[in-house]
Amino acid sequence: MTADFLVEMKQITKRFPGVLANDRVDLQVKRGEILALLGENGSGKSTLMSILSGLYRPDAGEIYVEGRKVTFKSPREAIDAGIGMVHQHFKQVDTFSVAENIILGSKEAKFLLKAGKVEKEIEELSRGYGLQVDPTAKIWQLSIAERQRVEIVKMLYRGSKLLILDEPTAVLTPQEARELFQVIRQMTARGQSIILITHKLNEVMEVADRVTVLRSGVAVATRERQQVNQRELARLMMGQDIIVPSKKNPGQFGQEVLKLESATADSDSRRPGLKDISLTVRQGEILGIAGIAGNGRRELAEVIAGLRPLSKGKILIGGKDVTNLSPLEIIEEGVSYIPEDRLGSGLVPNLGAVDNLILKEYRRPGLGRGPFINRRKAGEFAARLIQDVGVKVTGLEVPVKKLSGGNLQRLLLARELASSPKVIVAVYPVRGLDIAASEAVHKMLLEQRSKGAAIVLISEDLEELLKLSDHIGVLYKGRLMGILPVEEAEPEKIGLMMLGAQPGEVMAS
Amino acid sequence: MTQEFLITILATAITAGTPILYAALGELLAERCGILNLGVEGMMLVGAVTGFVFAVRSNDPWVGVLAAMLGGGALALVHAFLTVTLQANQVVSGLALTLFGTGLSGFIGKPYIGIPVENAFKPVTLGFLSDIPVLGPVFFHHDPLVYVTYILVPVLWFFIYYTRPGLHLRAVGENPAAADSLGVSVYRVRYLYVTLGGMLAGVGGAYLSLAYAPTWLENMTAGRGWIAVALVIFAIWNPLRAMLGSYIFGGIDALGFRAQAMGVMIPSFFLKMLPYIFTILVLIMVTRKAMANRVGAPGALGLPYDREER
Repeated sequence: MTADFLVEMKQITKRFPGVLANDRVDLQVKRGEILALLGENGSGKSTLMSILSGLYRPDAGEIYVEGRKVTFKSPREAIDAGIGMVHQHFKQVDTFSVAENIILGSKEAKFLLKAGKVEKEIEELSRGYGLQVDPTAKIWQLSIAERQRVEIVKMLYRGSKLLILDEPTAVLTPQEARELFQVIRQMTARGQSIILITHKLNEVMEVADRVTVLRSGVAVATRERQQVNQRELARLMMGQDIIVPSKKNPGQFGQEVLKLESATADSDSRRPGLKDISLTVRQGEILGIAGIAGNGRRELAEVIAGLRPLSKGKILIGGKDVTNLSPLEIIEEGVSYIPEDRLGSGLVPNLGAVDNLILKEYRRPGLGRGPFINRRKAGEFAARLIQDVGVKVTGLEVPVKKLSGGNLQRLLLARELASSPKVIVAVYPVRGLDIAASEAVHKMLLEQRSKGAAIVLISEDLEELLKLSDHIGVLYKGRLMGILPVEEAEPEKIGLMMLGAQPGEVMAS
Repeated sequence: MTQEFLITILATAITAGTPILYAALGELLAERCGILNLGVEGMMLVGAVTGFVFAVRSNDPWVGVLAAMLGGGALALVHAFLTVTLQANQVVSGLALTLFGTGLSGFIGKPYIGIPVENAFKPVTLGFLSDIPVLGPVFFHHDPLVYVTYILVPVLWFFIYYTRPGLHLRAVGENPAAADSLGVSVYRVRYLYVTLGGMLAGVGGAYLSLAYAPTWLENMTAGRGWIAVALVIFAIWNPLRAMLGSYIFGGIDALGFRAQAMGVMIPSFFLKMLPYIFTILVLIMVTRKAMANRVGAPGALGLPYDREER
């Protein structure tokens, strides 16, 4: 029976320090089918596929290719078995030509590089599949879509039977995405199997034959495309039951604190990250921001924290124009930023708790004077904060990178909230935390709310948004699709808005 | 008189440039696979002393060259272990090995100071090639180690740009993650070329103690290893340009020597500075040009590679 499947993964488990990325996952791929692997960010899709493509080794579990058990010690062994992966970040050498990139590591050329012969082969192969590439062009001269085609041709050139595409449309325009889907459909007609890693429901419905849904590292379901709809998939992906727990105190909204007027900013890749965003947040209000990754969530947070310049529009805090001020000036206006990347941009991993906690406060008289820091006072200040938030530290000077995720986040919140900020921007504040730590973080945010802070909460977890927010705004392709009071924000409505529906259309349906 | 003088200067440029050339080719290989090796100076010294000791003992300079390769290669192997396997900082490891190599060579060479080597490399003529006017005396009145570079340089050039292992070497230096995902063993490639590079540096050192000097003096490389490191940048990581650059440096070296011998009234300290001043000038010029032309250091130069790092 195993021979029915081209590839079968059984009970795959993979741990990273502190994270269980895959938990006894089963996955099967048939010949000539497109299998969508659906899940939110961090659900373990990429890890699972990195195992299948030989980049990571599983801690437990077995892989079968055409019924034979295999263990891949390196990507090369996976490639030799006919499994090729197109990564989200292309593994290409920019200064090489397309042909050089494609033959890199292949067994075709023995010693001499026969450039002319290889270029001809590549051209024929790519024409056969409708993938236009110029084998002599240098990689750095190509567009993202062209570079993606190079990756696909590379795998075909190596005789791939199963092609794994890791969120291939994340970097493409809709037209390019449509072309890509046409190409992969042609490829299945020629016997290729495809695994499409995605978190986009519409892609699953558009192109997949079957779909396996991952949530928190567990494969929760596998369905035929004909037998599911987007709603069911969304439910499987985000959690069986989205219960809105009993509400916090009703909001007591004061004056407008944070105001964005037609804020427009670029993302890191040249395309616009935010388009024409207007919103206001009042004292004592939590505005939740939902949206799929890559639709402007991060850019919005960075714009408010002063880390990303606006190309158009304005930001006002308490009526004062703070557009494109430096991060320090924004901090002085009372903005606290809890970044998504705790250890990378939130805390300094190799410093102890004291140094991390005074990173913002040291300018204040009392802790320091001129260039000097009063270590004794700093220690007292840190000890007080640590007690307030209940962080468990082994020592005040032990590098904070040794703390658990929950303690790190509490430490970061302690610092950011110590100055009684007027505006708080929190990005995925409970990502990767266990339930107890999540609850503690949520409690701290709600306390700030009752103290009158204006809070922008950016999250990928709908449940968290519904639980904490007073209003929920939805970002899609850098635009704000609308802001709903939380009472009207049903999970499914938000889900459809995340896919680009206007609130009006949702009401009608 | 002027023509003779010019020929002498050019011929000396080649002999003076050859030890730098060997070291630069070694450094070039290491940097092409992404490992900065600042231990070249130390590897040259170890090569110089092991080469000298073995040549004296065996009375065969080729045995000396072989020993120099093993000596330089062994030190480079330590560098590879530290930087590839343990992912130590490449600059620190390289500097440490230079200091270590300097000390070790001084220690080993102590009893050999002032001893002449009976069978040092001597210039050999190559029949009709050596009889060509001007070119003959400039290029073909040298010792065998110089002739080896005439073959080694184009071979390396062809190897790097036109062969499969050369492609792998370049890919590992430019983007190890890409190379790894295509089944090129990053670790193996880096160990191989760092070690080969150290062997070449060792030969460069042996050239000094067995052909150029030929004797053993403590610290006899006098910074040539460092010039080789700078030269690789001048060469834009291309062996042919490395050859040209080595000869220019050799020429400046020779010119300083000659000027002194002819009694030109320039302080000798200034003449000794010339190669290093030239190094700085060359670095400024090349770096500016490289930035404009999008050619430059291998993309992953100096970075350790860890497959599971996310």
